[in-house]
Amino acid sequence: MTLRATVAELVREFRASGRIVIVGASLAGLRAAETLREEGFTGSLTVIGDEAYEPYDRPPLSKQVLKGWVPADHTKLPRMREVDADWRLGVAAVGLDRVTKQVSLADGEQVPYDRLLIATGTRARQWPNPAEAALHGVHTIRSRDDAEQLQKALAEPPSRVLVVGAGFIGSEVASVCRELDIPVTVVERGSAPLVGALGGVIGEIAAQMQRDHGVDLRCGLGVSSLEGDSEGHVRRARLSDGTTVDADVVVASLGSIRNVEWLEGSGLAAGFWGVGCDAGGRAFDINGVVTDSIYVAGDVARAPHVLYEYQFLAMEHWDNAVFGAEVAAHNMVNLEPHYRPHLLLPGFWSGQFGVNIKSVGVPPFGDEIVFTQGSVEERRFAAAYGHRGRIVAAVTFDHGKWLEYYGKLIEQSGSFPPPPPGWDQPPDMKPMPAEFPDPRVPTGIPDVVLTGHAPSERTAEFRPRRH
Amino acid sequence: MRIVVDLNRCQGYAQCVYLAHEVFKLNGQEALTYEPNPDDDRRLQVERAAAACPVQAIVIDRLDGAKRGETP
Repeated sequence: MTLRATVAELVREFRASGRIVIVGASLAGLRAAETLREEGFTGSLTVIGDEAYEPYDRPPLSKQVLKGWVPADHTKLPRMREVDADWRLGVAAVGLDRVTKQVSLADGEQVPYDRLLIATGTRARQWPNPAEAALHGVHTIRSRDDAEQLQKALAEPPSRVLVVGAGFIGSEVASVCRELDIPVTVVERGSAPLVGALGGVIGEIAAQMQRDHGVDLRCGLGVSSLEGDSEGHVRRARLSDGTTVDADVVVASLGSIRNVEWLEGSGLAAGFWGVGCDAGGRAFDINGVVTDSIYVAGDVARAPHVLYEYQFLAMEHWDNAVFGAEVAAHNMVNLEPHYRPHLLLPGFWSGQFGVNIKSVGVPPFGDEIVFTQGSVEERRFAAAYGHRGRIVAAVTFDHGKWLEYYGKLIEQSGSFPPPPPGWDQPPDMKPMPAEFPDPRVPTGIPDVVLTGHAPSERTAEFRPRRH
Repeated sequence: MRIVVDLNRCQGYAQCVYLAHEVFKLNGQEALTYEPNPDDDRRLQVERAAAACPVQAIVIDRLDGAKRGETP
């Protein structure tokens, strides 16, 4: 048999009877499982998830579920096809042995694999003081259970809600509170809401929007401590300026932590920023060498992006989970040159205070911004972000139909400021600084994590291993 | 039945709101919210809404959840 025929036979055999394990039973894990079957994989498929629930969708949790319109258990994701998997739900993966090719589970079981997909996503950053975090009335919102509990607490209703952190989740929670006519205070360490994801210029607009809707917004401040009553229910927060806020529900929306701890000791390039992988979803080991059998997708994956100077980007975006999973799954059951790249123009949305905020590209990659359409006063506008004379992102407030126009320009590395779209132009189209916080200062809640850095910043140290 | 709307694609055309207003709602001018798990007797409405969506952003389960949905 020729080598070529032998390889073809191996691929056929793997597709017929290989063992694939997916760790992570959320959007990315489910879509990967469906794609594997779609691609003709008939071997054994195991999906491991630490929550007891089958895959569910998260965006509704901070919106229609919190508001009480939709019950939390109504968010199960639709199935595109039967996946015929062995579902191990309610048990977390706790270790990975790449030599014996086994995933260890919290219940002591070892699950062998030929190929593995890591889709463990992120979790909510908890309130840092454990005793205060344990107070009744202190919530985070990430999972179905979180949403269910917070929804119940909001239905009481509380006399005041304190939201700590004005990223997208915090702002959406504040918006729901106002829709439910609950008094809400938002404390944000940065200069404005959404500042990490969209910069200070847009942040100021978001701040005004919150205040117009009656949110007691306090920026440039932290919460130093939470105080409970004799029954252990949170009653008050002390802020970094010495003032206090009385609240009986506190929502800590402090961003997310990537679920990579279980990979410790595996030798993969896994850490605070996620799991490094190539644009085809193949995981890197700690030396930057690509692996053959381990793939990554979803929130936990960080891959170099061709449009953004090959910086490694981790994106907590819905379509990144879907497309990343589809690409990784395809590549798991194919060989070069039939690998596909995960070349996604990032995009996200957020509904808050009756406004649809959408973005395309990577705003924090830009350093300038220009309003290109609509009216800031009416909160119905489009703005483009630029970096070195090139358009790198755009954001719209109730102007979503125009995103495609900007998306095309970004894909083509179009010039910045962009050519006027010829409709609905504001009188002043002068670029100005976008006012992103220094990336080295932890603030806000970035929706895209830029993990690259300019060499002159000297934020990393290279220590070669000597033989 | 289970549905999900790809809100990256959704551009607020509101055809779905017009055809199935118990399932799809606009919050403001453009921000769509929806019931992801509508009653099965709304299936026809939802299918019409999905067909009418100009950007085809509404995804409906292809397995009939009520009858032969795979567990978990």
